[in-house]
Amino acid sequence: MLDINLIWVLAGCALIGAGSSVVGVFTFLRKESLVGDAVAHSLLPGVVLAFMLFQLKSIWILFPGALIAGWLSLLSISGITQYSKIKPDTAIAIVLSVFFAVGIVLLTNVQQGTYGNQAGLDTFIFGKAASMLPSEINLFILVDLILIGTIFLFYPYLKLFVFDPEFSRAIGLPVRLLNFLLSTLTVLAVATGIQAVGVVLMAALIITPAAAARFFTNSLKALIFIAVLIGVISSVCGVMISYTAPSMPTGPWIVMVLSLVAVFSFIFSPKKGILSRYLLRKRHLVKMTDENVLKAMYHITNQSHKRAVGITVLSEARRFDGQQLGASLKRLLKSNEIQRENADIALTEKGNERAARVVRLHRLWELYLNKRMNIAEDHVHNDAEAIEHIITPELEAELVKDLGYPESDPHHSEIPGIKSFRK
Amino acid sequence: MNDFWIVLTGALVAVNCAILGVFLILRKMAMVGDAISHAVLPGIVIAYLISNSRNSLFMLVGAAAFGVLTSMLIELFYKKARLQSDASIGITFTWLFAIGVILVTAFSGNVDLDQECVLYGDIAYIPFDTWMVGNNSLGPAAIWLLSGNFLVLLTGLIVGYRGLFITSFDEAFSIGLGINAGTWHYALMAAVSLTVVLSFNSVGAILVVAFIVVPPAAAYLLSKRLDAMLWISGLIGILSAISGFFLADLWNASISASMAVSAGIIFACVFAYTVIKRRLFQKTEESNFIESWQ
Repeated sequence: MLDINLIWVLAGCALIGAGSSVVGVFTFLRKESLVGDAVAHSLLPGVVLAFMLFQLKSIWILFPGALIAGWLSLLSISGITQYSKIKPDTAIAIVLSVFFAVGIVLLTNVQQGTYGNQAGLDTFIFGKAASMLPSEINLFILVDLILIGTIFLFYPYLKLFVFDPEFSRAIGLPVRLLNFLLSTLTVLAVATGIQAVGVVLMAALIITPAAAARFFTNSLKALIFIAVLIGVISSVCGVMISYTAPSMPTGPWIVMVLSLVAVFSFIFSPKKGILSRYLLRKRHLVKMTDENVLKAMYHITNQSHKRAVGITVLSEARRFDGQQLGASLKRLLKSNEIQRENADIALTEKGNERAARVVRLHRLWELYLNKRMNIAEDHVHNDAEAIEHIITPELEAELVKDLGYPESDPHHSEIPGIKSFRK
Repeated sequence: MNDFWIVLTGALVAVNCAILGVFLILRKMAMVGDAISHAVLPGIVIAYLISNSRNSLFMLVGAAAFGVLTSMLIELFYKKARLQSDASIGITFTWLFAIGVILVTAFSGNVDLDQECVLYGDIAYIPFDTWMVGNNSLGPAAIWLLSGNFLVLLTGLIVGYRGLFITSFDEAFSIGLGINAGTWHYALMAAVSLTVVLSFNSVGAILVVAFIVVPPAAAYLLSKRLDAMLWISGLIGILSAISGFFLADLWNASISASMAVSAGIIFACVFAYTVIKRRLFQKTEESNFIESWQ
């Protein structure tokens, strides 16, 4: 049985997660993720000042205070980097720590003064997802809906601005206005998100969903969609964890789930993940070794006019690493490209064809470099050694045609199998 | 006497942070300093659970280990996963801090630590936590620890000045000279974590960041020489510790936060000075140019 309070908190946190993920995608793409961290810390003085001025703890008073302070912090960061040689990361750190210090000075002053009921003022910055009031959640839902709606409305302009600010300035887009819009959205997202996870962890809500999503797609629409999905799922998980184990804090668990999702994507993402890139590299390495072994056998048999090659002769021919050679021979035996002949090994029909193709590509490329690029014939070997494993059949046919069905390479060695290209 | 101890603690923290901050800023790693100051939390909690005390060798080792772990994770995300550097910093420190907070709540019965304590610290209690030998008080423990920290940093600075100098300004060149830039990098990270841990009891994590970046940034505006930068940022740090103490009295507010605010005020003045000076200077240069033309 779900209780109504839980549903409120779930809805609130899910929307907060969605809002900050959407904004996070844009700050991530502008490589300004840590600005979110600075804004989060800078809200404190605004909140406390608003309380000191109006003596009220209503969210409708504190929230605008937070917005103004967040805005000032962004202005200060761009002012410092614009008018001095200080680098952006230092400017962010300065604004973050000084604004926060001002906030604590005000907060401690309030706590020692005669301001009546100031208790709980600091929950604004340390987060209290589980005890959010329905009225506060209403405000956050409103703010996040406005936020997501604005991004929908200005999507094409924001897209252009984020990817190429110079170009968008050149074609006459109001760049300053767009910058203002994005900053305002960031401040709004942070000011609502901070309630769920607190000041320090707010940065994660902005940065982590976008960073994780970036590993799955190159399209902006998909990026936003995946980031929102990750943000919402993590928020819901965090709330559920602290609901089932009430002593557990909601914010840190949201961030924990987010981080685990992110690390999982870094490792296992199908295209850009660490694992898939490692496997791809390994596959290339295997292919290269196999082709080099076949090629070496081709050269040896052509020179000696014997079908079979001894293992020692082969391993000395290219100084193969013993283990790599063994593994490669095993693979080639299995794929029927070589066969045993007594103690020696010989190329099969299939193996011979593949070896001849590699030699053909090597010599074609040497010829191409020599003829078309005017590179001296004693400088073309190393380049060809690398490209012979990469050229596709289509490219091969193009090369043969372009070079006029050549019979020999710059070193007067025969290019095998050219005849089959003539039709 | 207590007032003296408080100001001395603040000044020691300020000087220690200033020494490290100069190098962090030059290496464009100011936010890495911020990240480490948060990410040592789990190290502190784990060490606390093992040793059951706040000022122990365990705590220093645990925190230093997590500081180095933080910078290794950032490197890992950046190099192996090819994530952009700002995002890898952000993900790393929030994750470790979240783990720290979860550990604190999970073992809340055993740990006399909380999020607020890590963020604010409390310099006002420093004089009462004295170091006793027999019946004689040797003064506040924090003073001894921070002085030790200062001596370690000073020795490291004197011994490693050339290495730090070269690796901070031109890493590629230093590698060309055969200097192991990685060693200096991790040594600096370990020093940052050590200093953060020793300081967080008195000024808290975020105010450590203020002391790490603000005085060196002001010095960076005022000087182009490394040795001058070190001296100026140390002086600004001490100045903000002293003035912050009196401002705290005036404002009736937290002493350490007032010290950080006063560092911020000094920075603002230096910033305004350089901007105005450049404007005036540029104008005279242009008018001189025109005059020489006529």
